Amino acid sequence: MDEPATGPALPEPAPGRPAAGQAGPAGTTVVVPPPRAPWPQRAAAWARQNLLASWYHGLLTLVALAILALAGRAVLSWALVRARWDVVTDNLLLLLVGAYPRDQLWRVVAALVLLAVLAVVSGLAWAGPARWRRAQMPVVAAWVVLVPAAMVLVLSVPRQGGAGTGYGLILTLVLAVAGITLSFPLGVLLALGRVSSLPVVRALSIAYIELVRGTPLMVVLFFSMTALPLFLPPSVRPDLVTRAAAGLVLFTAAYVAEAVRGGLQGVPRGQVEAAQALGLTGTQAVLLIILPQALRAVIPALVGQFISLFKDTSLVAVWGLLEFVGVAQSVLSNPSYLGRHVEMYAFVAAVYWVFCYGMSLASRRLERRLGVGER
Amino acid sequence: MTARPTRRVRSGVGDIRLRRLLLQLAVVLVTVAAGVYLFGNVQRNLQQLGITPGFDFLRHPASFAIGESSIPYQATDPYGRAFLAGLVNTLRVAVLGVVLATAVGVVAGLARLSANGLVRLLASLYVELTRNTPLLLQLFFWYGAIVYTLPPASQALALPGSVFLMNRGLVLPAPRPGPGFPTAVAILGLALVAAVTAYRILLRKRLEEGRETRPGLVALGLLAAGGLAAVILPAGPALVLERPQLARFNFQGGLMLSAEFTALLLALVIYTGAFIAEVVRGGVLAVPRGQWEAARSLGLSPFLVQRLVVFPQALRIIVPPLTSQYLNLIKNSSLAMAVAFPDLLNVSSTIVNQTGRTLEMLLLVGATYLAFSLLTSLLMNLYNRSLRRGVA
Repeated sequence: MDEPATGPALPEPAPGRPAAGQAGPAGTTVVVPPPRAPWPQRAAAWARQNLLASWYHGLLTLVALAILALAGRAVLSWALVRARWDVVTDNLLLLLVGAYPRDQLWRVVAALVLLAVLAVVSGLAWAGPARWRRAQMPVVAAWVVLVPAAMVLVLSVPRQGGAGTGYGLILTLVLAVAGITLSFPLGVLLALGRVSSLPVVRALSIAYIELVRGTPLMVVLFFSMTALPLFLPPSVRPDLVTRAAAGLVLFTAAYVAEAVRGGLQGVPRGQVEAAQALGLTGTQAVLLIILPQALRAVIPALVGQFISLFKDTSLVAVWGLLEFVGVAQSVLSNPSYLGRHVEMYAFVAAVYWVFCYGMSLASRRLERRLGVGER
Repeated sequence: MTARPTRRVRSGVGDIRLRRLLLQLAVVLVTVAAGVYLFGNVQRNLQQLGITPGFDFLRHPASFAIGESSIPYQATDPYGRAFLAGLVNTLRVAVLGVVLATAVGVVAGLARLSANGLVRLLASLYVELTRNTPLLLQLFFWYGAIVYTLPPASQALALPGSVFLMNRGLVLPAPRPGPGFPTAVAILGLALVAAVTAYRILLRKRLEEGRETRPGLVALGLLAAGGLAAVILPAGPALVLERPQLARFNFQGGLMLSAEFTALLLALVIYTGAFIAEVVRGGVLAVPRGQWEAARSLGLSPFLVQRLVVFPQALRIIVPPLTSQYLNLIKNSSLAMAVAFPDLLNVSSTIVNQTGRTLEMLLLVGATYLAFSLLTSLLMNLYNRSLRRGVA
């Protein structure tokens, strides 16, 4: 759905603040922060500079303060006094796991623990102390093996009649993880096809990418939900979750391809020549020299793409799948929760926000750690 | 040793050429085979369903109603006209959305760059909150907030200027051309041309001769004079405001924006505005600081620094990503389906439900969105080119 032209948010401009604590190549601090004044003086200086620089800044400050105070009071008084949160607390389990069989919930817990351990180990391997760096390749291998295993573990639950498509937040996570892991290799292939010197391959890749990018995700989902079975033999009838995942993957791959292409174009020509001079074949040069550099350069764009995908999984609710937003809608259609929309949407939005903002924060840290844009 | 490898290299080049040819041939063969296989499946499946492909059905009567339409449409009209009504609805949301989202985005983007800490905080809150939650959820939120928290038409909230808010949407006074309309338009057009010409001439003088010529002030003065003349000179009023009146159950007259349309427009504008804000901020930040300092040391006023030095350079950085945000907004308008606003996709999916013509409608819908995207890109690229020429 989105084309995050800017990727994750740019770093704050932070005028006047020294770039203190920037980590050097070996984890040493290169910039020593100047001695700091006691905090009341610093606060006063900040206020003078940021709030009262001139008469109209003073006025702006007053207006902004008024807006902040009014909005803050309205939100707080609503959230703490008037809002009736029972619509969320009564249905919490339903929102999180939907109609997932309650006696099978250990599968979900096991998969989540597995992914959490993987995430922590990856964080250590890339952003932790130096001696964890050696774990990078095994961790990548573990992702490749364990993520599909976790998906199978979650999805191989015995189906109950008619309730097979309503797994709440779990379905959202499954769709997002499946979308990311499957669209990434497809997108890299399309990107390589697009910059390939073979005219036929290039033309086919360009046609696919431009066709998909010119079409709304809703139309792609419309295709995968209603028309995809027409293209398969009559004996094959994928279920709705598979169709939705297929639509998300086909759509996201085109955007991943464009992001990766940017990275491929950024790899200096000399690198290819150096690889050839070393006697590497074309495939070896791409796999060992070009792709690693290209992918590192486009981490912000890729993470932005995956944040988009995570938000976009909500669109399958429109096509009748009960993921997080879908379950929320179905709870709200219950007459006993009439008019409790704002409470429910506030909760759902908060969960999405934590995931998305977390991803963009992690991407910014990784970016800094890898020194993207500095070399 | 030096002469030896020649033959191997030559044969190697031949090898590479042959390999490239074979590889492409293989790709073509696989693609064609996959296409034939998929097409065969489609034919068999359609046969089973008893459908002969074709677009004849577009002439059959649609026999479904459309909640709101900008073109005359009734249930007895053909499917083709229903599709057209949906298309016009999509265009209406998209055009209004692009204009409003640009305004919101530019203001929020500049606010994030403000020297005022609180203004920065407000803008950052807006951007970070909106960008990190799904658009669909925001759409549901606005729709729910309108439909479930606003009063019914009989107790509509009256805002200043005959604007009414209620659970069916927003009612605005509609301006209709009055007897003096043509004269007023002519006067305003003349004033606009005069203002632009004066601004250009005076600005060139200011830049070439270094005299303070006040181009902005003169242009504004000419516009104000034109506006005054347009009000006084014509025989009758140029615009007549048609105020909405509450009839028994609903409003009559004025401009009615349905709850679905209002929610969709709000969601698109607020969501895309946050992305545009980041585009604007990135563009302005990308202008080298030295340019600001150079402009200031030339003695230009802060406004002229922005107008003549920073903004033209920032615009060239902003326009390409801004174009993709416009495309996103146009494509995202298809979320209309979630609140049952009869846009292009919603009408088409109703047609599919009635006729089973999935593939034909997919082709039509896809081609229409592609056409929108291409047209927008074309216009924005033309604008981009004019920017480059204007600066050079």
